[in-house]
Amino acid sequence: MALPTAAKITGVERENGIVTTFTLEPEEKPHKRPEPGQFFMLWLPGFDEKPYSVAGISPLAFAVGARGPFSNKLSSLKKGDKIWLRGPYGKGFSLSGKKILLVGGGYGFAPLRFLAAEAKNKGISAIAVCGARSAGLLMKPADCKTVFTTDDGSRGIKGNAIAAAEGLFKKEKFDVVYTCGPEKMMEAAARLAKKNKADCQLLLERYMKCGIGVCGHCCCGDRLVCFDGPCFGLEILDNPDFGKFHRDKCGRKVPL
Amino acid sequence: MKLKNPIVLASGIRGNSADLLIRAAMEGAGAATSKSCSLLPREGHNNPTMLDSGGVMMNAVGLSNPGVDEEKGEIARAVKEAGIPIIASIFGKSPEEFAKVAQSISEARPHMIEADISCPNIHREGMMFSSTPEDAASVVAAVREATALPISVKLSPQAADIGAVARACAESGADCITAINTMGGMFIDARARRSILHNSIGGISGPALKPVSLRCVYSIRKAVGPKMPIIGTGGVTTGIDAIEMLMAGATAVGIGSAVVLRKNAFADIAKEMESFMAESGYKSLSKIALIE
Repeated sequence: MALPTAAKITGVERENGIVTTFTLEPEEKPHKRPEPGQFFMLWLPGFDEKPYSVAGISPLAFAVGARGPFSNKLSSLKKGDKIWLRGPYGKGFSLSGKKILLVGGGYGFAPLRFLAAEAKNKGISAIAVCGARSAGLLMKPADCKTVFTTDDGSRGIKGNAIAAAEGLFKKEKFDVVYTCGPEKMMEAAARLAKKNKADCQLLLERYMKCGIGVCGHCCCGDRLVCFDGPCFGLEILDNPDFGKFHRDKCGRKVPL
Repeated sequence: MKLKNPIVLASGIRGNSADLLIRAAMEGAGAATSKSCSLLPREGHNNPTMLDSGGVMMNAVGLSNPGVDEEKGEIARAVKEAGIPIIASIFGKSPEEFAKVAQSISEARPHMIEADISCPNIHREGMMFSSTPEDAASVVAAVREATALPISVKLSPQAADIGAVARACAESGADCITAINTMGGMFIDARARRSILHNSIGGISGPALKPVSLRCVYSIRKAVGPKMPIIGTGGVTTGIDAIEMLMAGATAVGIGSAVVLRKNAFADIAKEMESFMAESGYKSLSKIALIE
């Protein structure tokens, strides 16, 4: 663990209507090789600091969906600008099986793209489902067969990512489902995996403060997203808060 | 309050929730302290709120908490399900507010209330209550009026005479002293030309704090005499650290940052204490202190 290190923005790609993908060159190399599913705390000095999943490592990349004050400010940065980061933190995905299915919703697809690249290196066969509400919110494909779905049918299969994943399971067998996106979608993906006797790994998101397992703010039941996760397996289905509650900025329990 | 082992989860570590207090119990803590709660919910500071530079940890979380009305439910469930004593930490901007929070949280029947008096006093231009014996005593007296439960008082190392502050707390009705809170500190990033913590200044914890906490516990023990229980907290990471804290005069030992610095902190620290005692021929914890 360390203090934040400065990083120069070397690339800015507007991936869709709300997502900007940045590539960075940190002044100090991360103390270990980031794994898919791990995250960094990105700091805009004097403003705020938030967790972002790694979207790629050569070069180090993050996909930022503009949805609040921090992500909007981050999205406005240009090539050559600096940001600060610390990490990688948390438990990432662990790749296993011969054939895997990736199910991503919205910009939750970003860490799965990194995972697809790692799977390819390891000779694991992957198929990805990339879903969004409409064509303008879809992410770019992964380096494997990618099936697109949109709720409004503006691109790819009309319907949600889970329906498409269900369709794939009818045709073939997958050892593991890896998923990232809205929690209700991940819950459905986990149940689908369980029904088909596949394993499942998902990336949980909670309001995060310290990022290193001390403050307890990002709890989901008795699990800490920053420390025990963000990658969790099928056991998360038994967690009383999963799919139901998160904690607001004060730590109050509120429905998802 | 009897503990199965002398290792206590310190306040501010791993949250306000019943689930996390129960987790500390499952991981082997002898008692667990909740994160401090106030009369009303607080969001705390923006990030960064906590940093770890390796050895020196520093935080300024800004006392974020869901407020006593919600915290009460969490404490009540932890008391019922954790199977270890639960210490409810509270804070306020004035003695009157401390009393209100103490009265309210008492309904959850925690085993002890810990008054975090290392927070700013609104009546004294933000100076900490624990800076002087008088201000510290004013909070303890108010909390004493408000609850029949045992009270501990969490002291800051930043007092001219921490022994005198502890003695004033004892004389005003405190049943226990928790020492210490973090020590003021700051990290600056030269390239950003900014302090790294959003709040600019924060409190040092982790291994760097241990010499400070040993000194404070030693001074407090000298000042309050042999009977008053002291929960010695600050930088304890190993069983040997914990033994040293007992030698300084602590009755029990608080664990904070150690929960992330090593796996199974509670259970392993307890085991290391036991093997040290066996090796060194100590038959009971009460025989360890330097000052009788």
